[in-house]
Amino acid sequence: MSQTRLLSVLVENKPGVLHRVASMIRRRGFNIDSLSVGPTEDDSVSRMTIAVHVGKQQAEQATKQLSKLVDVITIDDITGLRNVAHELLLIRIHAPAGQRREILDLIAIFRGRVVDVAPNTLIVEVTGSTEKIDNFIELVHPYGIKEAARSGAVALVRGDEARIRLVDFEIGTDVTERSAAPAQGEAADTTGTV
Amino acid sequence: MAATAARTDQTPEPARRLTGAQIALESLIREGTETIFGYPGGANLWLYRYLPEYPQLRHILVRHEQGGAHAADGFARSKRGSVGVVFATSGPGALNLVTGLATAYLDSVPVIAITGQVATTAIGTDSFQESDVIGSTMSVVKHSYLITRAEDIAPTIKEAFHVARTGRPGPVLIDFPKDLQAAVTEFNYPEEPIRLRSFPPPPRPDAARLRRIAQLIREAKRPVILAGRGVIISGAEETLLELSHKANIPVGWTLLGTGAYPVTDPLALQMVGFMGAGYTNKAVCDADVLIMIGMRCDDRVTTKLDSFAPRVEHLIHIDIDPAEIGKNVVPHVSVVADADTALRELIPMVEPKREHEWLTQIDQWREEHPVRFLNHNGLLQPQEVLEEMYSRSQDEAIVLADVGQNQIWAALWFRYSRPGLFLNSGGTGTMGYAFPASMGAKMANPDKTVFCVTGEGGFVMNMQEMATMVENNIAVKVLVLNNRSLGMVRQFQDDFYEGVRSAVDLSFTPDLVKLGDAFGMKAMTTDKLEEVGPMLDAALAHDGPVLMNFDIDPLANVYPIVPLGKGMLDFVEAE
Repeated sequence: MSQTRLLSVLVENKPGVLHRVASMIRRRGFNIDSLSVGPTEDDSVSRMTIAVHVGKQQAEQATKQLSKLVDVITIDDITGLRNVAHELLLIRIHAPAGQRREILDLIAIFRGRVVDVAPNTLIVEVTGSTEKIDNFIELVHPYGIKEAARSGAVALVRGDEARIRLVDFEIGTDVTERSAAPAQGEAADTTGTV
Repeated sequence: MAATAARTDQTPEPARRLTGAQIALESLIREGTETIFGYPGGANLWLYRYLPEYPQLRHILVRHEQGGAHAADGFARSKRGSVGVVFATSGPGALNLVTGLATAYLDSVPVIAITGQVATTAIGTDSFQESDVIGSTMSVVKHSYLITRAEDIAPTIKEAFHVARTGRPGPVLIDFPKDLQAAVTEFNYPEEPIRLRSFPPPPRPDAARLRRIAQLIREAKRPVILAGRGVIISGAEETLLELSHKANIPVGWTLLGTGAYPVTDPLALQMVGFMGAGYTNKAVCDADVLIMIGMRCDDRVTTKLDSFAPRVEHLIHIDIDPAEIGKNVVPHVSVVADADTALRELIPMVEPKREHEWLTQIDQWREEHPVRFLNHNGLLQPQEVLEEMYSRSQDEAIVLADVGQNQIWAALWFRYSRPGLFLNSGGTGTMGYAFPASMGAKMANPDKTVFCVTGEGGFVMNMQEMATMVENNIAVKVLVLNNRSLGMVRQFQDDFYEGVRSAVDLSFTPDLVKLGDAFGMKAMTTDKLEEVGPMLDAALAHDGPVLMNFDIDPLANVYPIVPLGKGMLDFVEAE
């Protein structure tokens, strides 16, 4: 059964690393829903958050193939974990004076912000889960969407502790322990069943 | 020590200032390189400018970069622990390496390719002979580097060798802009071992899982081991033999695993799969415990996936690459580790045992389904040539096979006793591989006999390397099994594509004896069995490369074979 899986990938901040990751995903025939990449607390490390639409065995294969890339430090399948996964939406909505009040109410419900006002349109910023963004777009659709830009999800797992600390990845770390435990509620993967 | 330390000649030498080209060449020497296969051009001329200053680096001028890549592959494959090195210039030179890199990648062969690149200031301007080599090769290398600063040259080369050799080996490409080859900087070869947080060494085998495997072996009624190239790379042939003898487990192998287990051992099965021995397929399909070691389990092994090992209750997979576990076949127990380490730790946990019924059953299958050929028409059969060749190999000769019928015949008709004696492009199936790769194998093993078994189709794909071989007197003995057609394709068309022969006729292959003469290569031909032995004797007595053409039965086929789309037990045998 296919579903969207969320992979949180820490990579060396080196030229070409995005190409390597994207190329691997394409070559193995996986479909990317979204991919976002940016700096982390450590200058030498970037975090990629990749949403891929795959079955479970495929997800495992994608994870293993990605972790083989020399520039990939660690990869964590955080699907189903207690995570915060947020997207940013910027959307230009047709909002003539007569309809502006209604639209502003919707924006308030979604805790969005108006970031630009023009005579006939508004640019609105909304952040949140992919589902929330999808809902917002659906609701403003009847007013007329002039254009939109979405960031793709970025995500962190909830709780006090960093899920992956780079110091854990010193030489000698067992490769089988490199990716964190499988998502809750799932049976051990095919590498683990005895 | 204090006294000697005070001597002035013990003070560290000040770092020398060298050009980037010199730094690269010195770095190669530090990594143990002795032989480079290469081809010069505009973007690597600084490397070639300084190459003569390093006589300890023997450069072999190949006649096409693809030949160079295959030669570096053959060098590394035939000499465990070595890394093949190939040079090419930018653009077309580098792109000509792609097939060779892919071949090395799929078969896990450590190769370093150093490609010239246009100057850093010209990258991205579509300048003369510029191409995106990193992008073009990305999916066929283990890793690649574009050098952007002169001070990175030495550390990059050191890291590249580390990545190529460590874990599951593979090719690594270094793209080296020409301005950096000329740039002068201090040369300090990094002394520290490479430590990469993103590339940890392979893990230790999990002891609990090994104990579980030992228990499964104890309970098994019909155990079978399959060995892949991972066993050979790891040097696990002795531990594999010990394990199989201790628990009396029959051992089969993949095409690339040929040589991992001695063919003459009483517990030896044969190659498995699509063109494997019938009795091996029968054993795998009846096994209750199947142990796969260092193999990818690709479609040439499984044939139709659901026909593979249908009675298996416990499928065990040991591989150094976690991505191979569960990729094609999902095991019940897996161990991610180096094969030799895993087997070494497993053996003491295993109890001696012998399943008499199972071994008797296998012996019976071995008798019922021998790997054999029949000569119906009196024409020279390829297997007859190979038998004559085997009788002259003294169990020592290295055999390189090309791709197609010759490859399977060479895999099945030689009784290989050790790893490293049979080399072929099993993964990519690259026609034209064997001839240039055999140069590399001979360079790496100058004291061994090296046979190159090929067809007239694959031979002409890289026949330009005759010039290289003759120039350097690389004494490979080439056997062209000439059936005047693309034999394997012809066989497929006859049997699986409604009998329509299309684009397989090679009647117009040039006269190979005259061709050999033109290159100055001793060449002979025959179509008679009684002349094969004397011809091979003459070839072996000749101090230099020899090209032998054997006009074989044009309709000789590979058997056994599983018809396309069929399962492991549907193999068709010679009759």
